[in-house]
Amino acid sequence: MTNELQYKPVEMMAVAASRVLEDKKSVFVGTGLPMIAAILAQKTHAPELLMAFEAGGINPKVPTLPLGVGDSRTFYKAVMAGSMCDAVEAAQAGYIDFGFLGGAQIDRFGNLNSTCIGPYEKPKVVFPGSGGANDIGSMCWRTIITARHEKRRFSEKVDFITTPGYLTGPGAREAAGLPKGSGPYRVVTDLAIMGYEEKTKSMMLLSVHPGVTVAQVVENTGFKLVIPEKVGTTAPPTAEELRLIREEIDPNGIYVGGSE
Amino acid sequence: MENLEGIGKLISKTDPDENRQWVRENKSRGLEDKTMSVKEAVDKFVKDGDYIFFGFFGTRVPMSLLYEIIRQKKKNLSVGRGGLYDLDILVAAGCVNKFDRAYGGGFEVLGLSSVYRKAILNGQMQVNEWSNATYAWRLKAAAMGLPFLPVRSLMGSDTFKQSSAKMIKCPFTGMKLAAVPACYPDVSMIHVHRCDKYGNAQIDGVKVFDIDAAKAGRKVILTTEEIIDTEAIRSKPWRTDIPHYYVDAVVEVPYGSHPSNMPQMYYMDEEILKEYIQQSKTPEGVQAFFDKYVFGAEDFDEYLKLIGGTKKLRYLRNLERFQEKRG
Repeated sequence: MTNELQYKPVEMMAVAASRVLEDKKSVFVGTGLPMIAAILAQKTHAPELLMAFEAGGINPKVPTLPLGVGDSRTFYKAVMAGSMCDAVEAAQAGYIDFGFLGGAQIDRFGNLNSTCIGPYEKPKVVFPGSGGANDIGSMCWRTIITARHEKRRFSEKVDFITTPGYLTGPGAREAAGLPKGSGPYRVVTDLAIMGYEEKTKSMMLLSVHPGVTVAQVVENTGFKLVIPEKVGTTAPPTAEELRLIREEIDPNGIYVGGSE
Repeated sequence: MENLEGIGKLISKTDPDENRQWVRENKSRGLEDKTMSVKEAVDKFVKDGDYIFFGFFGTRVPMSLLYEIIRQKKKNLSVGRGGLYDLDILVAAGCVNKFDRAYGGGFEVLGLSSVYRKAILNGQMQVNEWSNATYAWRLKAAAMGLPFLPVRSLMGSDTFKQSSAKMIKCPFTGMKLAAVPACYPDVSMIHVHRCDKYGNAQIDGVKVFDIDAAKAGRKVILTTEEIIDTEAIRSKPWRTDIPHYYVDAVVEVPYGSHPSNMPQMYYMDEEILKEYIQQSKTPEGVQAFFDKYVFGAEDFDEYLKLIGGTKKLRYLRNLERFQEKRG
């Protein structure tokens, strides 16, 4: 191919995550990559994507990237600067279609750990806990996990379920009392895009990013990933998507500036 | 095996009748001048062992009160919901031994806290796990004068297991729900844009947890960028976010949220935050930081000189208004 575009894996992730979002739907966003993905979606295929921040900012025109979810940038020219309850109650009532999540550990059912590595009583590593993650994972219709694809992160078992995915498999969320029809939808990494197999609710490979092999994905996954007969290749970022990220959304490289 | 109740030991007060009685006996409905100094407010209203809540989210944080809590060496405080720098300095100063955590131990994009990690590993703090929404609803339950609210977060998770929520069955639909206990803080501390001397307060921008926290708190301390005339409140009563009868103390503290963001007024001061994060990696560093900025200042006005004075404050104001670039 001539004129092949150069891009970083993190830019591929942002672009792939943004394409999952849909116009005239709503999304709960946190700091970092999800914010870039949501803004990119608004600037491309989903101009009327409704963005909600848990501190109460609803549908801002984010001028520069916020450093926190309660930062004044999260309600700049927004339709409302409300409260935590305004945001999370909209999710509980079914108004929030998508929610972004991340985590230090993810298992095949999309259960996420952002609390600790090792036993809870004697942790090896301490993370900040749920924040809004448990709420997003419990109450948004479809959640999108973004994470770097590493074997220790994509692990057979999470040390702590901070945020519920499909728990132990089909029917488990509903049995636990979580809202019907909600749950993990896509996992976007620096290597691939994954979804969930309907009958097992187990993570399933959908497409590998350009230049990445299925074997590479399998090798970097600590559990048995469902591999369908046909695995596509993710469409690479377009010149326009890269321009928007680099020049308009994150010109200072706050989130996509690093080497990854 | 399904968890029917969390094993976390309840930290806060949760009984609405006990609170009603306290309100009946202690909260004035009258229009009284409640203005006082930071020192007086903390001395009078924050006791060792109290459960404190402070408004935060990297934004509109009553920092002057938190620094004063450290100066007055308050002990065995319980802290609600969590925080970033604000929580971390209280933990570093050894003021906190119980924590209702929704988020704690990190600085959002600026990374993880070494102070918090050490406090957990050496058993300094008893922690109950929550999420942002469930903590907001715990305050809301208290604001409503209820003992709990039924909600749909936490179900099926280990966060539920390490909380003090309980699973209940809805008497109407039969659905399983998480009952989250009301949280009545002993002291709620909130930084607002403006209020009158009685405590009628206006907030610009997101309210986060703060209005319910003011209604839920037994004692409420407001710090404010400015004290305005009551006529200004009465000319726009629809702008009042917190009415006076919830409030016990009013303290005027310009730039009182520094180094956190104050919407429409000044942006967060990354320089000081990064200095703290760096210094907080060692006990000596923490001490040096406190000696410089907390014990080294008599009050908040002096502190503002130490962090860079008018020049720094002008820069933060310009950042907030997009008249300057981060750098």
